[in-house]
Parts: sequence; C-alpha cells; structure tokens
Amino acid sequence: MTTQPVGGAAAASATGAALLPPPDGPLLEATDLAVSFSLGSALIARMRHQAHVLHAVDGVDLTIPRGEALALVGESGSGKSTLARALAGLQRPDRGQIRLDGKVLPARRSRADQRKIQMVFQDPYSSLNPRLTVGGILHELLRVHHVVGRSEVESYTRELLGLVGLGEEAVNAYPRQFSGGQRQRVAIARALALRPELLVADEPVSALDVSVQATILNLLQDLRAELGLTLLLISHNLAVVRHLCDRIAVMYLGRLIEVGPTETLFAKPRHPYTQGLLAAIPRLSFTADGDAPAVSGDPPSPLRIPAGCRFRTRCPIAQPICEQEDPVLTASNSDPAHSAACHFAFAGVPPPRSDGAGRAGEAGQINPEEARS
Amino acid sequence: MNGGQSMSQPLLQVDDLHVQIASRRGTVRAVDGVSLEVPAGEAVGLVGESGSGKSMTLRAILGVLPPEARVTAGRVLLDGVDLAQLDNRQLNQVRGPKIAMIFQEPMSALNPVMRVGSQIAEGPQVHMGMNRRQSAERALELMRRVGIPDPERRFSSFPHEFSGGMRQRVMIAIALSCEPSLILCDEPTTALDVTIQDQILRLLVRLCRESGTSLVFVTHDLPVVAQVCHQLAVMYAGRIVEHGSVEEVLTRPCHPYTLGLVRSAPDVDHPRSSLVAIPGAPPSLVHPPAGCRFHPRCKFAEEDCTVSDPPLRLIDAGHATACLHFEHCLDELRTEGADR
Repeated sequence: MTTQPVGGAAAASATGAALLPPPDGPLLEATDLAVSFSLGSALIARMRHQAHVLHAVDGVDLTIPRGEALALVGESGSGKSTLARALAGLQRPDRGQIRLDGKVLPARRSRADQRKIQMVFQDPYSSLNPRLTVGGILHELLRVHHVVGRSEVESYTRELLGLVGLGEEAVNAYPRQFSGGQRQRVAIARALALRPELLVADEPVSALDVSVQATILNLLQDLRAELGLTLLLISHNLAVVRHLCDRIAVMYLGRLIEVGPTETLFAKPRHPYTQGLLAAIPRLSFTADGDAPAVSGDPPSPLRIPAGCRFRTRCPIAQPICEQEDPVLTASNSDPAHSAACHFAFAGVPPPRSDGAGRAGEAGQINPEEARS
Repeated sequence: MNGGQSMSQPLLQVDDLHVQIASRRGTVRAVDGVSLEVPAGEAVGLVGESGSGKSMTLRAILGVLPPEARVTAGRVLLDGVDLAQLDNRQLNQVRGPKIAMIFQEPMSALNPVMRVGSQIAEGPQVHMGMNRRQSAERALELMRRVGIPDPERRFSSFPHEFSGGMRQRVMIAIALSCEPSLILCDEPTTALDVTIQDQILRLLVRLCRESGTSLVFVTHDLPVVAQVCHQLAVMYAGRIVEHGSVEEVLTRPCHPYTLGLVRSAPDVDHPRSSLVAIPGAPPSLVHPPAGCRFHPRCKFAEEDCTVSDPPLRLIDAGHATACLHFEHCLDELRTEGADR
C-alpha cells in the first residue's frame, strides 16, 4: 500500500501485474455471470403489471489474478453480495461461467472445489454455530474435508487459532464467550482451515466497533502477506477498501460499471457514479456542507432497471444516447487496467478533455450531436 | 463542565446524569455522571463505541428509557425545565413542540399501518391545534422541504413503499413538524448507503441552519460528526472523556481514547500501512475499573491513573479532557506529524 495519492509507480506496477498474468492465468475468471430471483407468482405479477424477476447480477465479467486483493463496492441492492455468493458456490447462477485455475466449475461443485473458495460473513454473531465450541467448529470441518490426518487435527486447530491471533484456550470456548472481533477471528480461522485459494469476505468489519475493525483489517492484511492469499473483499466502506485492496470493481444495479487499480480509481474516477461515490464519503476535514449532494436521487429498484445506461436516472451528465444505448465496460486506451461503462468515461464529453483517450472503434469521441445523428 | 462557554443560558443542560440498568449480573452503570450543554442553534456530537452510554444518554434526555433502565440522579434542563422530574403526561407536552428524535432505523420507528402523510400531520394536529386540512397542508409543505418527490401522491403511501433514504426523510419531516428547538439524532444515517447518507446529512445541516434548531447527534462515525457538528463529546464507559469543538478534538485529541478512535479508522484520503487498534475491550459497567476507566487499555497509564477517577478539566478555551497525562497524546501527534 502506497501512501501517495496516485503514484505513477503504484499505477504502473498494478498495470504491469494485469498485463503479465502468471503462467497459468488468473486464479478466478467469471464470464457473463447472471443471477436472478423470482419473486412470487408470474401470473399475479402479470395481472398487477409488475415485474416478478429480480436481476441481482446481470452479466458480470470479473477476473481475479492470483495473490490480488480485489474490492467489490456498491450500494445495497447493487448485487455485490449475490455476486460473491455465486462465486463461492452458495448461489446458483442463471448463466455464465466461473473458472478457477482455468478449470470451469460445475453447478454442483465437488468437495475439493468447494474448499478452494471460502467465505467470511458480515455478522459473526449469526454465522457461527452457538452450540459448538470453537474447537468443535474447526474439528468438524477438518474431519469432513480430511484436510489433515486424524492425529494432526488438534495441532492444526491450535495452529489456525494462532494464525488469527487467538490463544489455545479458545478451543474449549463457545462463540458467545467472545466479543465481536474475536468471533470474526474464529470465522476467519474457519475459512482458512480448508486452505482456500480465494477468500471471499462479505463486509467482514461492518458489524464491529471502529477500534475492533482495525484489528481485523490488520489481520486480513497480515494473512495476505503470510499466506499469499487471494482476497475478494465486499464492502461499502471505501476507506477500508483503499486500505486493503489492490484493485476495485464498482457495482451498480447488477453490473460492474468501473474497474481499476485502487489508486487510479481514487485519483481519476471515470464513471460519474464512482465520482459521486467518492465525493459522498464523509471526511474528517472540515469542509462546510454545501447544499448539493454528491449523487442525488435514490437508486432505482432492481425490479425496474432503466433502459440504456442504468445510472442515467441519477447521472449529472446524462445525454440522449444514455437512454438508447447501454454502455459496455470498456478499457481505457491509455491504461488498459482501467475500464468503465459510461459513454463519456474516456471519450471526453462532457466536459471536453484534450487527452484524446477515446475508446477504440464504435466509441471514438462521442458527443451528443453525433449520437443523435 | 463548561465546554460550551456560552454567554447566555444553554438550550439544553444535562447535569451529572446517572442511568442505571438492573440486570442479572448486577447494576449496570450505563451513564455515570454525564454533563453536557447544548447552546441554541448548535449541533453537538456524542461519539463512542457500542456500550459507551451514548444512546442511553439520548434516551434519558427524551424520557424514553427501556423499562429496566432508570435515571438515578442528575438533571436534564431544557429551557430551565427539568425533564427528569416530569411525568409522562407532562413529557408528552414537551415531545414534539420542544424536542424531537430521529432514530437509526426509520422502519421500526414509523407506524407501518398508517399513511405517511397522516404520520407527519399528527404532531401539528395534536400540538399546534391545526384541523385536518391545515395539518395536511403542513405535511405536504414539510414533505417538500425534506425533498420527497411528488408529495401529493406520496402523502397516502405507507412506510414500506419508501426506500430507506426516503423513510429517513419522513422521520425528519415528523421531527420538524412542530418546530422543536432541539432534535435528538440516534445514528440517523448508519443504516443508509454512503450516497444517501450524504444527502441526508446535507439536508439535516441545511434545515437546522434555516430554522435555528439545535442537534444532539449520536454516532460512532467520526467523519460523520465532522460533517454535521460544531462540538464533540467523546464517551467511554458511561462517562464523557473529552469535549470541545469538533475541529479541536479531531485534530488535537487530548485523551488517549479519542486518539485511538481517530487512528483506528482508515482514512480514505491518507491510507497508512497499518492501522493502530486500541488494545483490549471496553470494561464491564457492573464493576468498572478503579481510577481512570480507560487505564487498563491505555499505553500512557501511570501509577496515579489507577488511583482516582480523573474529572473533565479545561485545558484550553472550550477544550476539556479527563486524562491526567494528555501531554503524551500531543507528543505522539507531534512525532507522527514529523514522520509524515
């Protein structure tokens, strides 16, 4: 983590990593992933002229290189948790493919495949079995998955607890005897017990007090360094994301709308939604509040996704083309690691830009006049 | 504790407030001698972690404590009237026209089977003697003021038909409906997304500025306090440990607990390599530690910290701390500043 705001160096190294994949390709690759939920009866919905299918994730392509910490950010209802659950195999996708180590994961995963992606949930109070001791929780897992031999279960359990900063006495304690932060440590130990290649953490610190959050964030950072863990962090807290992650994917209404290296995204957000999201973060500095909010309006219901660009109903620079054409996630010419799904993200209208970072082919330098003709 | 140093009588004066909760393990001293002043037109932030007593303080001010909790000592003076001495009937005359509250979760604070417009119109009918038509007019005007689009149509909607942000706007409209001089906010934006939080905070700040309403704003989120409040009181284990202007307390924290809070949260504009957590856990409020309640977790703790509980004392105009050795905090900030 650099402390410089942009760092040509930071951006360059991140780009370099994206350009030079390890010999065996990215760890995880999802293509055109979609998950929808059916709400009630289709017949009744039709009678009431309501939609009954909720498209939570609507065609997402995502690549996570080995060893990277990728953040998935977005508002509630943007589909980030559903996407994470689909990747972890907890939610069956409608369509799309998930490849792990180049191998397509089937809809029903084998135990070995399940082990490779593990999850840490938001609420450590409801995600741990209250009737098992911490030792019991871990032993059960280790026995079912045959991670280590029967004789090594005890010592491996102690090793895991040590790894997450819990003492040996934790083995015989019940989750209720722990504070929130300690429970989250147990949850992390449980996820690590199966030696996963990808750890998916869904808002791992949101339920914790600020001073405890720091310990869990530091732990995740240490574990990454020690174990070379690949991390997918879902969070609405951009400060946490900036602290922990190499790359950020911003989600809005079931789609990725901007993806890029953390520092690039913070320095030069290209999508108007990302720009608003960054501006909306409350800061310790004492800027007097003006009256105009960073992003106005409410996000539309995922049941009634606007035609064209999904963000246009709240977008300060929306143009007629945004209603007609759904922008595709497209990489910047100058920085292939940075992509955005906005007609004007790199095209420079509005406001006009002179850097000429137009997109290849159809996008070019779109302006409203051209778009209408 | 004269943090405010106001010339005139403050609007709200909380004086040595004690709230105790009966539990199986003993008496929990949830609020243990809190004094606070809120000048007219100012916003005071009350910050602390869960269990620090900040919400209990707020509930005690409004007289809506849970049944097992009660005020055992202290005064809550609003415009010179001690709210702690009033019975429920008298309190109902105060709640609404004098003092209103905005809760964290609007869905559980709003009546789910009553139309939103009627809920906003209720206060003006009861307290301002308006008839149905007048109060409906007033409700529509309030809905417009808090930025609910299409108020004529939304007037007869139910709370479940609103989004979280819109529900909180309804809560704000209800709070404003009888033109109170003080609004109490209990984590009003914690359940909201960051873009919606930004909208609601700006709305609150603007409305309070326009109407001269005072705020007591409870939150665990320091940056949120910085957006809204003029003054800041930091609570730990049932006590206020530091008090002063928001800018002063956040840039020159003079209590190790405040310093810990400021440093444990990642700063979105200045990422650092690792976060400094506060070691340990908050103490039991049944048997709080002797001396300074923070000393078991404090790296600056000395012999005298374990002996007597230090009171808040002024160290600068309007800046008070309950730390005996606050100079250590300043030293640490100075060395850190030099490192940057």
